Amino acid sequence: METAYLIETVIKIVVILLVFSALAGIGTYFERKVLAFMQRRLGPMNVGPYGMLQFGADAIKLFTKEDIIPTNVVSPIFKIAPVITVSTAFIAAAAIPFLPSFTLFGYEVHPIIADINIGILYILGVMGIGLYGPLLGGMASANKFSLLSAARSAVVFISYEVVAGLSILAPIMLVGSLSLIDFNNYQIENGWIILSQPVAFLMFWIAAFAETGRTPFHLIANDHEIIDGFGTEYSGMRWGLFYIGEYANMFFISFVISLLFLGGFGDGSVIGAFLFLGKVAFFFFCFLWARAAWPDVRPDQLMWLCWKVLMPIAVINIIITGVVIMEG
Amino acid sequence: MFEAIAFYLFSFLTISMFYITVTTSQALYALTALAAGMIFISAFFFILGADFLGAVQIMVYSGAVMALYAFGMMFFDTTREVKEKQGNRFVIVGLSLVAAVLIVVIFAAPIVTDNITALYPITEGVGNTQDIGMVLFTKYLVPFEVAAVMLLVAMISGIILAGKKMDLSLTLMDEDEIKEMKKEEENKKVLL
Repeated sequence: METAYLIETVIKIVVILLVFSALAGIGTYFERKVLAFMQRRLGPMNVGPYGMLQFGADAIKLFTKEDIIPTNVVSPIFKIAPVITVSTAFIAAAAIPFLPSFTLFGYEVHPIIADINIGILYILGVMGIGLYGPLLGGMASANKFSLLSAARSAVVFISYEVVAGLSILAPIMLVGSLSLIDFNNYQIENGWIILSQPVAFLMFWIAAFAETGRTPFHLIANDHEIIDGFGTEYSGMRWGLFYIGEYANMFFISFVISLLFLGGFGDGSVIGAFLFLGKVAFFFFCFLWARAAWPDVRPDQLMWLCWKVLMPIAVINIIITGVVIMEG
Repeated sequence: MFEAIAFYLFSFLTISMFYITVTTSQALYALTALAAGMIFISAFFFILGADFLGAVQIMVYSGAVMALYAFGMMFFDTTREVKEKQGNRFVIVGLSLVAAVLIVVIFAAPIVTDNITALYPITEGVGNTQDIGMVLFTKYLVPFEVAAVMLLVAMISGIILAGKKMDLSLTLMDEDEIKEMKKEEENKKVLL
């Protein structure tokens, strides 16, 4: 293994960690502002110009707050649960190409940490482990609401994963590869996959909402039903880690959706790269938009939706795609 | 060098996780260690270059252990220790050691003299996933299909066992309807 490769990889890992931890913090600012404007409020206004330094204030508060471990909790599991959420989110990001490859000081940089040829499977699998965070945090907490939230996270897990897996199977059959780079290159020649697989796109998008636990399926930590769910007993930075994991996941799944269905970064030009970031920003905005516009569903409604509606549609979509590929 | 480091690191982690799973009397520790061990095993697939199997290992076992957690939640108070009935510890340790050695001997004895060669070497220029597909749909087609049929059988029997009152939804019923249903059930019990 070359030394240059090693150094490059370490630098890429550090950059991605720093950028997305910061983005997760700034994401909360965006969320507050977007929600506020949709509800005819101003949102955070006092800290810094236009409230822009609010996330810094939040970070200082979270970092300096006392880390309380309540008496009856199973403390090793309780302590490790937020780490699972945040670390799996970032481990999953190892296979995401964030930008087209570019040349920096005569050295070609590929902004992907590991170009493994099973990128999508790896990302979905590792992101799925992220739900162990809420589950373990909830079960270790010795709190009724946390336990309810843990049960709900198991429900979310067994419902969304089937839909996510089956819905991307049809695009995978079209492309013939599991690598996100191959997906991108396929879409340069054949047009965006959303045009040939709109049903798969919609279903994967719905599954993404369930995967990140955002509002239509925010039942894991539904404030008005079960307080903060798994986060009820947490305080300080451990609670903050859950937050960073959730927002990092939202960004990463936005990258994945844009790469899978909306052409990714195209042929690698500068415009393509900016368009790619624009698509990612749009999907992130949709997460916030849905939170302002949609009510929450119940856990049984989520299971009904995933198993009785989306799964049959996904299977039919796969069969139709298979028949079309065989004919053509 | 990195492969060796990764191999020994993950061997240590996997074995210690499964050791915790077996020895602890805390349901939550056992389940979490089981999940962690299953996920650490995927590292060996990645080290061997079998990326597809590694990712599948993560996906399948993270889901499977999640179902175990659901059962654990129903049967135990997972924040308390389970009181286990323990017999003679030496007998248990001795028997499990003998069983482990026997299993290793049974599987290793027939092939210990052979030179182990790969029956299906990796095809050049083809990805990992395609390789598995080729073997799965030619040489191992029958076991693959049999596994599929068995899973289907398991699914149908699961639906039949669990789906006795599937068309009833307590959340959609009125209070009166629920009371009526309970009364009917009580009457049935009297008849029996």
